[in-house]
Amino acid sequence: MAYISVKRPKFSLLDRLYVVELVKGLGITFKHLALSLVGKSRGKGDFSKEGVGVCMQFPEERWDARLPEYYRGAPTLVRGEDGRERCVSCQLCEFICPARAIKVTPGSVDENSSCAKQEKAPAEFEIDMLRCIYCGMCQEVCPEQAIFLSKEYLITPQDRKDAVRNKETLYRLGGTRKGLVNKWNQYK
Amino acid sequence: MLPKDAAAAEGKVNVQINGKWYRFPKGTRIADACNSVGAHVPCFCYHPKLSVAGSCRMCLVEQGMPPRLAPGATPQYNEDGYQTISWMPRAVIACANTVAENMGIRTDSKLTSEARRGVLEFLLSNHPLDCPICDQAGECKLQEYTADYGRGTHRFTESKTKKGKNLSIGPRVNLDQERCVLCRRCVRFMKEIVGEEVLGVVGRGTHNAIACYPGTELDSNYSMNVVDICPVGAMTSKDFRFKMRVWFLKSTPTIDVTNGTGTNINIWTREQQVYRITPRQNDEVNSCWMPDDARLAYKYINAPARLTTPLVRTDAGADQRPSTWDATIGLVTEQLHKCAPTEVAMIASARMTNEELYMVRALAKQLGITKLDIVPRTGEADDLLVSADRNPNSTGAKLILGKEGKGLRTIRNGVRNGSIRFLIALGEDLTSEEAGFTAEDLAGLDYLLCVSHSENATTKAADVVLPGVTFAEKYGTMINVAGRIQRLNKAIEPMGEARSDWDIYRSISQSLGCDCVNVIACPSPMAVLEQMALEFEPMHGLTWGNIGNEGKAIIETGVTIPLIEREKAKK
Repeated sequence: MAYISVKRPKFSLLDRLYVVELVKGLGITFKHLALSLVGKSRGKGDFSKEGVGVCMQFPEERWDARLPEYYRGAPTLVRGEDGRERCVSCQLCEFICPARAIKVTPGSVDENSSCAKQEKAPAEFEIDMLRCIYCGMCQEVCPEQAIFLSKEYLITPQDRKDAVRNKETLYRLGGTRKGLVNKWNQYK
Repeated sequence: MLPKDAAAAEGKVNVQINGKWYRFPKGTRIADACNSVGAHVPCFCYHPKLSVAGSCRMCLVEQGMPPRLAPGATPQYNEDGYQTISWMPRAVIACANTVAENMGIRTDSKLTSEARRGVLEFLLSNHPLDCPICDQAGECKLQEYTADYGRGTHRFTESKTKKGKNLSIGPRVNLDQERCVLCRRCVRFMKEIVGEEVLGVVGRGTHNAIACYPGTELDSNYSMNVVDICPVGAMTSKDFRFKMRVWFLKSTPTIDVTNGTGTNINIWTREQQVYRITPRQNDEVNSCWMPDDARLAYKYINAPARLTTPLVRTDAGADQRPSTWDATIGLVTEQLHKCAPTEVAMIASARMTNEELYMVRALAKQLGITKLDIVPRTGEADDLLVSADRNPNSTGAKLILGKEGKGLRTIRNGVRNGSIRFLIALGEDLTSEEAGFTAEDLAGLDYLLCVSHSENATTKAADVVLPGVTFAEKYGTMINVAGRIQRLNKAIEPMGEARSDWDIYRSISQSLGCDCVNVIACPSPMAVLEQMALEFEPMHGLTWGNIGNEGKAIIETGVTIPLIEREKAKK
């Protein structure tokens, strides 16, 4: 092991008393108080257009309508326009996930089903929302356009088990998505 | 002296590869020569153990020879003693051509890379590109070569040829004709190695496809080797189908324990789960192949029947209940102290590693037991890799315990006539056909101690059960029927509270009062091996390191492996 010796700064008596730093900090607080009293709060211009005011009154007021196009919320699984569950359980999302939030159990598609050509589909697909860091790597890596980050940001599980979303929940949240490539049709 | 004469004196030829001169033995294939010096040549159809087909054209390289001399002309040599190379305008295949004196090969030239790109474009013209659902993805040669040499985009606008997908061609193998690159490795394997011609190529032109001959199916005990040698995902294993993507799996080199051949294998695991077994090349034991029954003999490792805690029956007729290791070893010691040595018998197993057998010997010595033997296990040998001896370490048992299973009958009779009241069963189910005990025999005993990795009729009848481990969870060595010592490596951790068997035997010996330092002071199976190397003459000089992944022949048993003999005769 290599050691790096770090020199600690020397504090004077005044520093150690802490009073000066306390006053400095309170000064900032009082500065903002004074600014708001004369109606010059920071960021006032940005919010006034939205009709929110300086503070958003959460949870009565929500972010939902104000989220930008690129917002990354909870990942979900989607169905295509033909109703097919798009995921083929290739497990690339599980592999790429930096937080190891995804766990896929691969399975087969029933031979008599309408999407038998797809052969493979997840038997179970779990995302641990306590681990997920909303990075969007799963969406980026997916070769099947099956996983998308939604705009959902309110995730309040009651316990750890509740935080793990299963395949059924993920498809329910993802719904149907239009305009995706239909890879596994009969012509292919 | 010219380089050509110097090389000829050694039976070699001079070959220039990517501008550097090397010497290779006469008759070396260009592909092997290039790969051996690090100039990688991609191949689909070429397999070193099969005949050369030269059908995939993937291994095209630029090649040149000295110019042919005009009548009466003498060859001109440069200052290094080589003739100038005239490069051929067209590439040649590296698998079907051998090296020659003063030959030049380029694997990194423009011609070579263009040839590879062209071949890949044609191979991909009808490839379904269903990598997301293909089990071969991650270890697919077509995927790898496309990434390395391919062009990345597709220029064909025509629709792709439709062929059979997900066809069952045998009990253990699935065929996808669309993914096939028609290298015919599977066809050649079944014909040349197994000797059962069931696979062939049918159809014409772009409709070419691999198929079974009418009325046959791929049901040989070696059928799953075609899955390994298939460079793409055309042949896939039914057992491994959609189980796990290969990039999640860790492979551990070890050996097979279903029979005496000691086939070299890789165990593929993820976390504590075993997903598949594949053969590992060892030209002295199993070449590149393994039988299907050995390949599928892994299901018991993660089965619910595994024992995870010591079990103790405190009162006769009561149920067994879980206990802790310290308490159980203490109890076993107490109970064994009460047994008269003449009334105790011990049944060990030739499925144990040498290290375990050594510890069993120490335990028997400590208890003063003379009635000790193993369970012999024989079956029918096939003419390839499966040995008639179904115990993986009979040779080791003979060397270390000096037992071959001849005394088993005496122990059985002793149990039946009441002269043996206490029985210690180590790693064997006594009610199995080979051991020949009945449930009544076991019920009639005063005391039955059992070490086993899984629940069976013997553990259910036992007074104390100690959970051991399977071959995937331990280090150790075994000696195969041909007298070759080989290593077992640990792929996963023992289940629950189970302990390595050698450690269990050592603990009991120690607790019984064994004071032999060679036994009780061993920290690991590797140390036990070093101890054995001092004690047993054939093992002299052996260490865990110098056995290596390939093993070492230490005993002349006179037994040979038919497939290896045939392979050597071919050379």
